[in-house]
Amino acid sequence: MGWLAALLNRPGPATGLVVAVIGLSSYSVAHFPRSFWAFLLFQASILLLYFARMAPWLKLSLGALTLGILMPILGTINGYYLEVATQVGIFVALALGLNIVVGLAGLLDLGYVAFYAVGAYTWAIFGSPQASKFIPETLARFPLGGEWFFVFLILGVSVGATTGVLLGLPVLRLRGDYLAIVTLGFGEVIRVLANNLDKPINLTNGPKGITPIVRPPLFFQPLLEALGIPSAPTVLYPLYFYFLVLLIVGAVILVNRRMEDSHIGRAWEAIREDEVAAQAMGVPLVRMKLLAFACGASFAGAMGVIFSAKQVFINPESFTFLESIGVLTMIILGGMGSIPGAILGATVVTVLNLQALKSLSLWLNELRNAGVTILGYNLANLPTQLEPAKYERMIFGLILILMMIFRPQGILPARRRMRELGSK
Amino acid sequence: MGMLLETREITKRFGGLTALSHVDFQVEKGQIASIIGPNGAGKTTFFNILTGIYPPEEGQVGFKGRPLLGLRPDQITSLGICRTFQNIRLFANMTAVENILVGMHCRVTLSMAAVLTRTPKFRQEEDHLLERASTLLEVVGLAAKTNELARNLPYGEQRRLELARALASSPTLLLLDEPTAGMTGGEAQSLMALLRRLIHEYELTILLIEHNMRVVMEVSDRVTVLDYGEKIAEGKPAEVQKDSRVIEAYLGRKRWGKAAEETNA
Repeated sequence: MGWLAALLNRPGPATGLVVAVIGLSSYSVAHFPRSFWAFLLFQASILLLYFARMAPWLKLSLGALTLGILMPILGTINGYYLEVATQVGIFVALALGLNIVVGLAGLLDLGYVAFYAVGAYTWAIFGSPQASKFIPETLARFPLGGEWFFVFLILGVSVGATTGVLLGLPVLRLRGDYLAIVTLGFGEVIRVLANNLDKPINLTNGPKGITPIVRPPLFFQPLLEALGIPSAPTVLYPLYFYFLVLLIVGAVILVNRRMEDSHIGRAWEAIREDEVAAQAMGVPLVRMKLLAFACGASFAGAMGVIFSAKQVFINPESFTFLESIGVLTMIILGGMGSIPGAILGATVVTVLNLQALKSLSLWLNELRNAGVTILGYNLANLPTQLEPAKYERMIFGLILILMMIFRPQGILPARRRMRELGSK
Repeated sequence: MGMLLETREITKRFGGLTALSHVDFQVEKGQIASIIGPNGAGKTTFFNILTGIYPPEEGQVGFKGRPLLGLRPDQITSLGICRTFQNIRLFANMTAVENILVGMHCRVTLSMAAVLTRTPKFRQEEDHLLERASTLLEVVGLAAKTNELARNLPYGEQRRLELARALASSPTLLLLDEPTAGMTGGEAQSLMALLRRLIHEYELTILLIEHNMRVVMEVSDRVTVLDYGEKIAEGKPAEVQKDSRVIEAYLGRKRWGKAAEETNA
């Protein structure tokens, strides 16, 4: 891989290579919409773009072109890719939120998905007929209109932050393993509450879940029609959610970077390194820890609101302990405390989950149906239990074990900022 | 002459062990005061009480005429007391300059909104912090190690970085817990020369815990001796050196020596 690194290090050839790979991969996705490899190459081209050395404006515009124009176009050719991209975006935001709590402030949180659940239920309850089960019709009519979605997006941020503080308050004095256990319990409490709050007052509709949840209005549809662009809601909504998620991911990255590169981010890292010393140096522990919990949780809250609107249906099954572990896996895989790491980790895990294992199963099925024989063993005799898609958790486990042994700092570990101090 | 720091009747117990017992103590502004005593005499416990790490059972602490007890460590730091640790406690995975920047945390006046929107004030203040950090790194002779991770620095440089980090909070009273531990004679000498310079430059008052007697006798204006949590002597270095109770505390009483011999026999 040395030659690739050398190539990416020279601005001219790097730009050429990146443009070529983006073009080639987009072309192949457009022509072989069902090929997993073509889409993987497309994703790799974005990674290549990240590593390539070129002018910042060029990099930014190439990134905007790939994610803002090419991806939606490819998404209209194969809708599943757009779904994958949207899911990746959701998990990137979650991973970046957890990255603040675990990666920067060093507070191991095993119940992170609880904040996601709180955000999701906030919109689900009021954006569906559910709320009318406990709020009299004379007060308000439910579901609320789609335009309320945006109000709830902001509400999701603050509800997430508030829940974060509520969790943070009792666990401030705990560290390490103890903190992890309490957060694990908190995550379960939220899930169990969602599961059981259908009695005595039906707040969450219990295990049956809530549906249908109102989606945000397509306020731009008349404009598209005026322009003569065919626009059925079934085509528009996936694109709409994709852009919404993209926008929020952009905002989350910006907030993350600015926080990290300020006295707040440095205080978080100091707490991670040595709590006692940090406090002795003047870092207010309580305030900073609560801020970390609130920040991380607010991203999850916002994403929860989008998730519930996108899925139209939610139930407690979407917010299990394994989901929390999944998000944690993403940041461990990518590199604790590293923003590019969290993004890459979220992408790899989500793609592995939604695509790689599925296409491997599909391929194996094809081989089996064709009755291919490998080393004298007829694949037609292969039991169906051996389908790779059913081994998702095992593969996660393997990834974690291998990462811990061979690259504990993650794929893209956090790099220290190098400072050029003025010489006097 | 007003006292900068004053403690009255400080008593601290850990279960059945009395770590400090009725300690009265004072530091005058601009002085170097040392606390000495055998291991386990309660010196570091005394520092931990002054910096708010744990509260004493009895007694009072006054700093610049205001009571300190009940304040959190970070509040005490922002009032102007900062410390170093006996076993170095740097932020190991942060660079030298970042360690110093953390030390300035309590002097940063930026709001979260300013951080998120990157106002001109943010840039200005951040530049100012970096400038001060660079000066401090130069003062302790670590300008070349700006971007080095703290854990990769050699021992002596880690000690000096910790000193710079403490200075970053602009303290008026600096508490140093065995700053020359593990240093050679020459290194200790140059560190002390640096401290003397800092006292003038930053108008510091220094409270020192130290085992290196040569250093103590040379730099201290006043020496306080603790033994088993009690103050047994106090005064100018030369006076303390001659005090019979101090000699006893360090070398043991004669009859203890005899008792030991008897049990051995």
